Amino acid sequence: MKGLKIVVLAKQVPDTRNVGKDAMKADGTVNRAALEAIFNPEDLNALEQALRLKDKYEGTEVTLLTMGPGRAAEIIREGLYRGADNGYLLSDRAFAGSDTLATSYALSCAIKQMGKVDVIIAGRQAIDGDTAQVGPQVAEKLGMPQITYAEEIVGIEKAKVTVKRRLERGVEVVEGALPMMITVNASAPDCRPRNAKFVMKYKHARAVSEMQNVAEDYIALHNNRPYLHIGEWSVNDIETKEEELGLSGSPTKVKSIENVVFQAKEAKVLEPTDADMDELMKELIANHTIG
Amino acid sequence: MNNVFVYCEIEEGKVADVSQELLTKGRKLADDLKCQLEAVVIGSNLKGVEKQIIPYGVDMVWIADDKRLYPFTTLPHTSIIVKLFQEQKPQIALMGATSIGRDLGPRVSSALHSGLTADCTSLVIGDHEDKKAKKEYKDLLYQIRPAFGGNIVATIVNPECRPQMATVREGVMKKEILSDAYKGKVKNLEVEKYVKPEDFVVTVIERHMEKSKVNIKNAGIIVSGGYGVGSKENFNLLYELADVIGAEVGASRAAVDAGYAEHERQIGQTGVTVRPKLYIACGISGQIQHTAGMEESSMVIAINTDPNAPINAVADYIITGDIATVVPKMIKYYKENTK
Repeated sequence: MKGLKIVVLAKQVPDTRNVGKDAMKADGTVNRAALEAIFNPEDLNALEQALRLKDKYEGTEVTLLTMGPGRAAEIIREGLYRGADNGYLLSDRAFAGSDTLATSYALSCAIKQMGKVDVIIAGRQAIDGDTAQVGPQVAEKLGMPQITYAEEIVGIEKAKVTVKRRLERGVEVVEGALPMMITVNASAPDCRPRNAKFVMKYKHARAVSEMQNVAEDYIALHNNRPYLHIGEWSVNDIETKEEELGLSGSPTKVKSIENVVFQAKEAKVLEPTDADMDELMKELIANHTIG
Repeated sequence: MNNVFVYCEIEEGKVADVSQELLTKGRKLADDLKCQLEAVVIGSNLKGVEKQIIPYGVDMVWIADDKRLYPFTTLPHTSIIVKLFQEQKPQIALMGATSIGRDLGPRVSSALHSGLTADCTSLVIGDHEDKKAKKEYKDLLYQIRPAFGGNIVATIVNPECRPQMATVREGVMKKEILSDAYKGKVKNLEVEKYVKPEDFVVTVIERHMEKSKVNIKNAGIIVSGGYGVGSKENFNLLYELADVIGAEVGASRAAVDAGYAEHERQIGQTGVTVRPKLYIACGISGQIQHTAGMEESSMVIAINTDPNAPINAVADYIITGDIATVVPKMIKYYKENTK
């Protein structure tokens, strides 16, 4: 199907998978500053599925949408380097404190601003929350059906999309009419690497809030090359109801947060020697733990 | 009105384990709140399904039986739940954190504007005070879950919106029949009144479901590997040890992500929770998202090259060394001592 309009939802997340030694403070709590901000892994799988549709169907446009602080524009650039056509950063203090529902509401309002959209693709979940809620909630807010846990978007013919889903205990192939929200699993193919040509083209792409303290010649460069302009929307650029945003639009409240502190307990320390291993096995067999 | 609801998933004609686990937890919450426990089942050929539900202490079972409702698709199940919840106004609604519950739950919560907390590891009733608004709330559902990659544990509440919704992964709660003689009612829903034709926009054209071959949830001994195992080949050592001592092989998320082991072996916050009598952690650093899924093991042996690995904090035996050295020795001395 020609001329598809695809929106990819992406999130910049702290890399919680690589919580190294310096990421834990002496008291055993998380040192957030030490965690790298990365493109949420499953959102990269989602981007790849979008780019494959673009390769397959002429005239397809892939637009990234992210919500976050100014520095989240980094992941829009990352998407442009890999083949996305453009991107928007949704950034405003009014969105602060949003739970998944308020986040979904803001994203859905931004998508409405984009006109007709055929497919929205997002990662199944983000590694900082692991909720898997934003995709389905955005779909519900837009009155769009959804296909979650996608491993492959097989194809789109006659305004119908066919998707292979990977579930806990098997696979399922489903089809449904556009427009459609699709969320993609980590079991889907990895995203293609950056393309050198696109890196050259977009390395100076910036969102408005990244242009605060730049030199004049940089502004001139941007004026001459409009594609370097990453769209940035504040709450005033999209149509929203204030009470649905941020903290007031969030039905869930965090009552308390407990940092997980590792507690020491008495343990027997063994060396990887024959004598110690022999001893260990004798003990385990004697107390009927094994055997 | 104001009761506790559990959405029961159907798997090959049977109520899923995770749903029965939630019924057991739901019964406990309903007792604490002095209200009733109700269940919803949506599918096809459901005659007699209540026999798998009521013994868990369920007072009312709502059944929507129609051949278009199995296998699960999002919109018809959402429409039924949303309308039923609007009519029955539950205070709490629980679902499995499965590919069904995590597809359906957010959709329902968005339609009802009620808060949903995913992957809870504990659910208890308690009071809450909103200091800013100077409001007090009695008997809310504390939805307790790890967040931020498991490095923090958050308690979430939904003070104003109903139902308070939560999903829980399989194996986290214990399932326990309350009484085979428990008396509950059954009500069949008129499906046509709950679904619209356009809800059937997504159709399942192919399905290959396999019975789970791996059974780490019920294994007495688990040999589990992490990213530190280093390669798929090294993982074979773990299979050898497991074979010799009669164990199942598990894995951390990092090991699964690296392709060392299949997803169904994943233990931890985003995998299954296990409580074996012996857990042998090989090359697992022991981030909380992993330990959350195994810390109730009766005994833990940690094998790691890093003497300061966090896993050591939950270990009973700490072996500082390389998997390739330690595991073959364990196999050798197990064999020698059992001759």
